[in-house]
Amino acid sequence: MWAWTLSSMTQTTAWLGRIALNFLQSLGKRAFFVWAVIPALPYSAWRIRLLMKQVYFAGVLSLPIILTAGLFVGMVLGLQGHHILTTYNSEEAVGTMTALSLIRELGPVVAALLFAGRAGSALTAEVGLMKSTEQLSALEMMAVDPMKFVIAPRILASIIALPMLAMIFIATGVLGGYVVAVGWLGVDDGAFWAQMSEQVDWQADVINGLIKAIVFGILIAIISLYEGYESVPTSEGVSRATTRSVVHASLVVLGVDFILTSLMFT
Amino acid sequence: MTRQVKAEIGVGLLVLLTLVSMVFIALKVSNFNAMQDRPSYQLEALFSNVGGLTVRAPVKVSGVTIGRVAEISIDPISYRAKVLMDIYNDYDDLPMDSSASILTSGLLGSQYVGIEIGGDEQVLADGGRFDYTQSALVLENLIGRLMVSLTEGGDK
Repeated sequence: MWAWTLSSMTQTTAWLGRIALNFLQSLGKRAFFVWAVIPALPYSAWRIRLLMKQVYFAGVLSLPIILTAGLFVGMVLGLQGHHILTTYNSEEAVGTMTALSLIRELGPVVAALLFAGRAGSALTAEVGLMKSTEQLSALEMMAVDPMKFVIAPRILASIIALPMLAMIFIATGVLGGYVVAVGWLGVDDGAFWAQMSEQVDWQADVINGLIKAIVFGILIAIISLYEGYESVPTSEGVSRATTRSVVHASLVVLGVDFILTSLMFT
Repeated sequence: MTRQVKAEIGVGLLVLLTLVSMVFIALKVSNFNAMQDRPSYQLEALFSNVGGLTVRAPVKVSGVTIGRVAEISIDPISYRAKVLMDIYNDYDDLPMDSSASILTSGLLGSQYVGIEIGGDEQVLADGGRFDYTQSALVLENLIGRLMVSLTEGGDK
């Protein structure tokens, strides 16, 4: 009886220790990955054509989904805002509400989530497949550093693309809210814009939203490329890495968003 | 059309859309215009209570914005709130005996400084002070006063 309790306790402790060690190890691997990528980034900034191609894949091809999602999110905000604000007889504030929630939270976060699903997964799958078909090893054989040639341009492209997409998302969202609130529900046109521009601050709101988008771009880029680069080079491994990339990136975006919000808007 | 050209057109489109969005957000959605400092001169006023007045709140005459609140601090001598206001140079002819009051736009709106124009021939110059001020209404004081007048009324 004693021996059994003791051994099960040791096993539980060992299990806990294993989880902690694995966690630390994966953190360390990511840190090493980031450490290796940073010196490669300046090289990729000079290779405009390579960078342009990646911005095209990550940014331009995400445009349709960003535009559609932005429009609908803005329209829903207009509708819900109108419903809530009419009970306080202040439906003119719907513009302020739509713009503030889009600029501070929904713009950067929803754009980042969509970006992680649309572009992050593609990056993981692409790099994972490059690894499993040994293209990365082949590059190394030709004395081409895959960090500089494959990873860095993709990371830089994501960091450039996401803030742009977030800005476009916000603008489309505000227009969507305008269409619903003014065009459909009959809120006064002038009051809609006037209240909005009075309450939305360029520095405190727009710049902070932009900073959020840049931070999310960095996080998504690192997570999705790390998962691809370190994926198990089998078809199952690549599929798992892709799933993990989207899940991790989304959760990290939401968690970091909370931290940034608590730092920025006190 | 080669792939490179297609990518370039796409990225160009993305950059263009971003610029349009930024300009739209700056000019239409946020207060970017109000950020640029118009040439202005400074006036001050002492209030015994500024309520919820904040820096950059508008200063209005007859509902028209003529300036912004620049700074709110405590006057070290009288311990009243000192509100510094930047008034645009276009409006440099406010009479000496104009009065400043802290008002609320709408029932739940933000607070602003409203200027009541006086009749004096002399005008306020840079660094001038509004001698007549009216503080923000504090709901508790108002209710307190109402209670007092109600109980007094009951005694009679």
